Amino acid sequence: MTELRAGRTGEPLGIARDEARSQRPRYLDVLIGLAAFGVLAVLPLFFGSKALLDFVIRCSAFGLFATSLNLLVGYTGMISFGHGMFFGLGAYGFGLIMQRTGVPVPVAFVATLVITTIIATVIGAICVRLKEIYFAFVTLAFQMLIHSTILSWASLTGGDQGLRGGIPRPVFLGIDLSNHVHLYVTSCALLVIGLLLMRQIAQSPFGYTLRMIRDNANRASFIGIDVWRARLTIFVLAALFASTGGIVMALFVSGAYPEFAYWTISGEGIFINMLGGVTTFLGPMVGTVLLLILNDTVTRLTEYYGIVLGIVILFFAIGLRKGLMDFVVEWYGQRRDGAGERG
Amino acid sequence: MLEIRGLSKSFGGVKATDNVTLDFADGSLTSVIGPNGAGKSTFFNLITGALKPDSGQILLNGVDMAGRSPPDIVRYGIGRAFQVASIFPSLTVHETMLAAVCADQRRASVLHRRFPLLETRDRAEHAMELLGLAGKRNRTAATLSHGDQKLLDIALALVLEPKVLLLDEPTAGMGTEERWRMIDKVRELWETQKITVVFIEHDMDIVFKIAPAIVVLCYGRILATGTPEAIRRNEAVIKAYLGTEHHAEAAI
Repeated sequence: MTELRAGRTGEPLGIARDEARSQRPRYLDVLIGLAAFGVLAVLPLFFGSKALLDFVIRCSAFGLFATSLNLLVGYTGMISFGHGMFFGLGAYGFGLIMQRTGVPVPVAFVATLVITTIIATVIGAICVRLKEIYFAFVTLAFQMLIHSTILSWASLTGGDQGLRGGIPRPVFLGIDLSNHVHLYVTSCALLVIGLLLMRQIAQSPFGYTLRMIRDNANRASFIGIDVWRARLTIFVLAALFASTGGIVMALFVSGAYPEFAYWTISGEGIFINMLGGVTTFLGPMVGTVLLLILNDTVTRLTEYYGIVLGIVILFFAIGLRKGLMDFVVEWYGQRRDGAGERG
Repeated sequence: MLEIRGLSKSFGGVKATDNVTLDFADGSLTSVIGPNGAGKSTFFNLITGALKPDSGQILLNGVDMAGRSPPDIVRYGIGRAFQVASIFPSLTVHETMLAAVCADQRRASVLHRRFPLLETRDRAEHAMELLGLAGKRNRTAATLSHGDQKLLDIALALVLEPKVLLLDEPTAGMGTEERWRMIDKVRELWETQKITVVFIEHDMDIVFKIAPAIVVLCYGRILATGTPEAIRRNEAVIKAYLGTEHHAEAAI
């Protein structure tokens, strides 16, 4: 309808789209986020199913992880095969601090993020200078390094057994994370806050600097952008959100396992991004939900989980040649253009 | 004032730029010509920091640029456009301009505000008007015609309000008519913006008609500098480059 009206007043259609594309006010995002959180938060009142809440908690953990990976892959063009190391780092960092020091949960949360910042800065400083495939493989190498450190440093990490004996979760600010509903609401809150912050990064001037680097890093440096610094910044920021995802996961399973830091987690992140699509902000979130549904149903039906997943990814990669959200947005755009032309 | 002092750069044994000393006065318009492989693009790459010189100085108002990084040099006021339009394919014309102004105002890493920033709007608007791209503001750069992409590339350099603008073959890959339109645009920008413009050009008709000053490079060295009349009559230039009318055309 808006298109029709725009057409009649002789206003160029493009302007409306431009406004929509780059100037959607922040409060709208916040409103959407609050609404989503509200819906998620009242869910336990209507559905008693523990499985559903578990599903949403896992979606929060992997959603934060996958969306943060998209900041690198989709927005900056940095294809990291080692992003999962920060997921593992978050889980282990948080678990260890809670088990060994007994500090309040928020303190452990912040301390984990500080540790992640330091490690991501060191690894990023080495990696972000590298181009495409070299960046991918060196990040993968660091992932393997962290994974083998976890395996071999058994006295600290429990080796291949993981952090066992549960993670103590003392009550803070009236929030008891050993209560399932409390944990659920906290996970949802972390997810929504994380998504809003990442959305802000993507739509900030810095977000457009990232897009310029993705499109043409050389040109970006010739308009005065320090490409190395920008890449390092987003590498560290993305690591922080991945780490938060790991913390949610550690809280959920009340432990941490070497698989959290294994390269397959990074692979799943890439897979989720391919499923959901990297050209929209919410693509990875949609991909996360898809993958987890697929995961849960397929493992229930057959033991040949890998084959089914492989076929699905082939369908998306070769059949659609894009993620689901890319496909939806394109289809919607064409429909809108069609309506506009008729008007 | 841009002063080049004894600038040299070798690749292996090849001297791509060999002890070049040149002055570009403020507000001058200079064309750099020379046969293929004369070191024209290398010369630009040295000035803009894409390559590090082996020796020599690049003084912009007395400050040495030699050895600095491209972002640094851009901030001192030397902007450039590329032989093959170097743009951001997925951004619209408008977004490209806004983001460039943002970078110039040192706001490229601002996280807490939304793009586009209000204070970048006027300059972006002005640059689009100057290059005649305002009507195509919502077009994605990748969908622009070749000529418009070249204009966008120049707009990207110009929106930063440089003191010196280096244009590497602004008319590359264009048909005759389009070439003239482009070069008229360049001349118009030079006249209205009162900046120092240096451009590389292969078309001798254009060079002799447009440029008040010409620099001829050959094998990395300066073969001659001067007005079009002086260059046209210069023995060394005729021998090495212009030759007969036939050779001049071959060079195009």
